[in-house]
Amino acid sequence: MSKIRVVHYLNQFFAGIGGEEKADHKPELRIGIVGPGMALKKEFGEEAEIVSTIICGDSYFNENLKEASAQILKMIREQKPDIFMAGPAFNAGRYGAACGTICKMVKEELGIPVLSAMYEENPGVDMFRKDLFIIKTADSAAGMRTAAPAMAKLALKLAKKEEIGPPEAEGYHVRGIRKNVFRDKLGSKRAVEMLVKKLKGDEFVTEYPMPQFDNVTPSPAVKDMSRAKLALVTSGGIVPKGNPDRIESSSASKYGKYDISGLAALTSETSETAHGGYDPVYANKDPNRVLPVDALRDMEKSGRIGSLHNYYYSTVGNGTSVANSRAYALEFAHELKNDGVTAVILTST
Amino acid sequence: MVKEIERAGIPVVHICTVVPISLTVGANRIVPAVAIPYPLGDPNLPAAEEKKLRARLVENCLKALETEVSSQTVFDN
Repeated sequence: MSKIRVVHYLNQFFAGIGGEEKADHKPELRIGIVGPGMALKKEFGEEAEIVSTIICGDSYFNENLKEASAQILKMIREQKPDIFMAGPAFNAGRYGAACGTICKMVKEELGIPVLSAMYEENPGVDMFRKDLFIIKTADSAAGMRTAAPAMAKLALKLAKKEEIGPPEAEGYHVRGIRKNVFRDKLGSKRAVEMLVKKLKGDEFVTEYPMPQFDNVTPSPAVKDMSRAKLALVTSGGIVPKGNPDRIESSSASKYGKYDISGLAALTSETSETAHGGYDPVYANKDPNRVLPVDALRDMEKSGRIGSLHNYYYSTVGNGTSVANSRAYALEFAHELKNDGVTAVILTST
Repeated sequence: MVKEIERAGIPVVHICTVVPISLTVGANRIVPAVAIPYPLGDPNLPAAEEKKLRARLVENCLKALETEVSSQTVFDN
């Protein structure tokens, strides 16, 4: 049997092209292996071969979803792969979204198996877990050593159309698929056994985990904007020049509360971004591009809004854990409420 | 953060470039932005035009806040 043909997708960073300053890199096809493909090659042995690697900048892909998808699909089609693999994306949100989008498209358009790998808090997991196999990884590239073997193993199985085991066995994120199996004990017996274990305080494994929905009911609309007090919040890392609280450029361990009461607009003199997950050139030059203080001051003057709150809240939403983000907002949402803020505009990069 | 603010009973609009992420996170009022490094601007435009663009985007945010919604809504215009 000839070798399984693999096409691999990487972002600009993992392809070694560059960081955020290269995130607008357009789709590119390279013959053979690039970067993390080496780790996969080692695992594949003689069974499979990465015939080509497609590279695209994370910003370019997410900002030009349609064109980029079409270009990339064309490149993949021409390479006639038996399987398509993307990532691992670890905890990189835009990279995860790109990997998932392309995998889903390839699966639907070309009808071949696809596979990606991400950290559980990567938004790409919730976006695509129902559509794809996504191998579980650590939150940073330090997890490549365990990610590569798991990806390669499942990829070979998928390409050879072997039976795929449950998520725990194969190491992929739960997809919400139920499978009928025969058990030697009746359901009633298993249920009673489980109940007894529960009553005794022993460990047990449920056969039907309840889904966790965490939707928040939308708040009522603002009735009279001309009397409303608006506050700005951002995950785009806008901070006073010099970053006095030293908010980290990624995995932020804090947020900041900053006074803008005297400012008609943010400028490169007053403010900058602490965010390490996008090219900071544009935000540093004109921070209103991320936190629109100037526009809201105009609206305050014209009476479109009542007032702009004297403080804004900011953190860096780059690899910052969901638990931390939640804790920050829990804290400052109460302050906003106590300060009589009517509504919030939250900007993200 | 969007959800905790909303949970505190304050209406919030999320303006961001990658709308699918905002939908997954669970924002209820979403306004699509320009680009990741400059959600409310465009360095390719002359300064006056860029300010107008930003005013338009903020106006979309205000309209979103003035609109009653019963589920996740993307204010795309």
